[in-house]
Amino acid sequence: MRVSYRMDSTLESVNQAEEVATKIAAKIGFDEEDINRISMAVREAAVNAVLHGNAYDPAKKVTFGFENTGNSLVITVSDEGKGLKPEAIPDPLKPENLLKQSGRGIFLIRAFMDEVRIRTLEPGTEITMIKNVHGESAAGKEESK
Amino acid sequence: MTMKSSTRQVDGITIVDLSGRITLGEGSVVLRDLVRDLLGKGNKKILLNLGDVTYIDSSGIGELVSAFTTVRNGGGELKLLNLTKKVHDLLQITKLYTVFDIKDDEAAAVQSFAK
Repeated sequence: MRVSYRMDSTLESVNQAEEVATKIAAKIGFDEEDINRISMAVREAAVNAVLHGNAYDPAKKVTFGFENTGNSLVITVSDEGKGLKPEAIPDPLKPENLLKQSGRGIFLIRAFMDEVRIRTLEPGTEITMIKNVHGESAAGKEESK
Repeated sequence: MTMKSSTRQVDGITIVDLSGRITLGEGSVVLRDLVRDLLGKGNKKILLNLGDVTYIDSSGIGELVSAFTTVRNGGGELKLLNLTKKVHDLLQITKLYTVFDIKDDEAAAVQSFAK
């Protein structure tokens, strides 16, 4: 099963993507805690795409892909913005960053999903988030291209 | 469900009962305006009751941090009360559990503010 959605760069799209993620994760059979984690990861990725990537530009779209491979749920979120450099994002757990208002989105995505990949597009950014179905955790796996 | 709030006074402490979602957009803006309004009216001892907050995203977390620093910089104190498991876990993952003064009993929380 693979579905994709192309949405406007709006907060409404963020909420819709979160709802879709919740429904698909529940349909696959993830438990409540994992459903919450998946929907939150999608929300954070959607916020990054809409707000930081496309900067609410009505001419730019956000594309969401959901694929049930049987072993895992693979979710991609891509924008058409200026691009994200994950290595440039400060560690939100460092004492000097704890009281910063922003900068926790990617960190939470990495915490909640089993595998996260971030790829630079021309233009934009694509983030791939994988949650394994049977607790086959690959936590910590992450690469950036 | 968007965020709702109501405010009450107990022994000189302003308790803000929050419910719903604190997320990018409405919820986080409501919280920001609320805290600024309270500070502007001289209410510097604030207890945020998050018992009915069902969901909070990174923007909501950021807004809690901002409220905390705004109140502290204004010479006041802001504490959190009645975290749900979801919010508790989020604050632990982000290490903010060590930053906020978090209470689970309202009367004890009220008494804990500096006199």
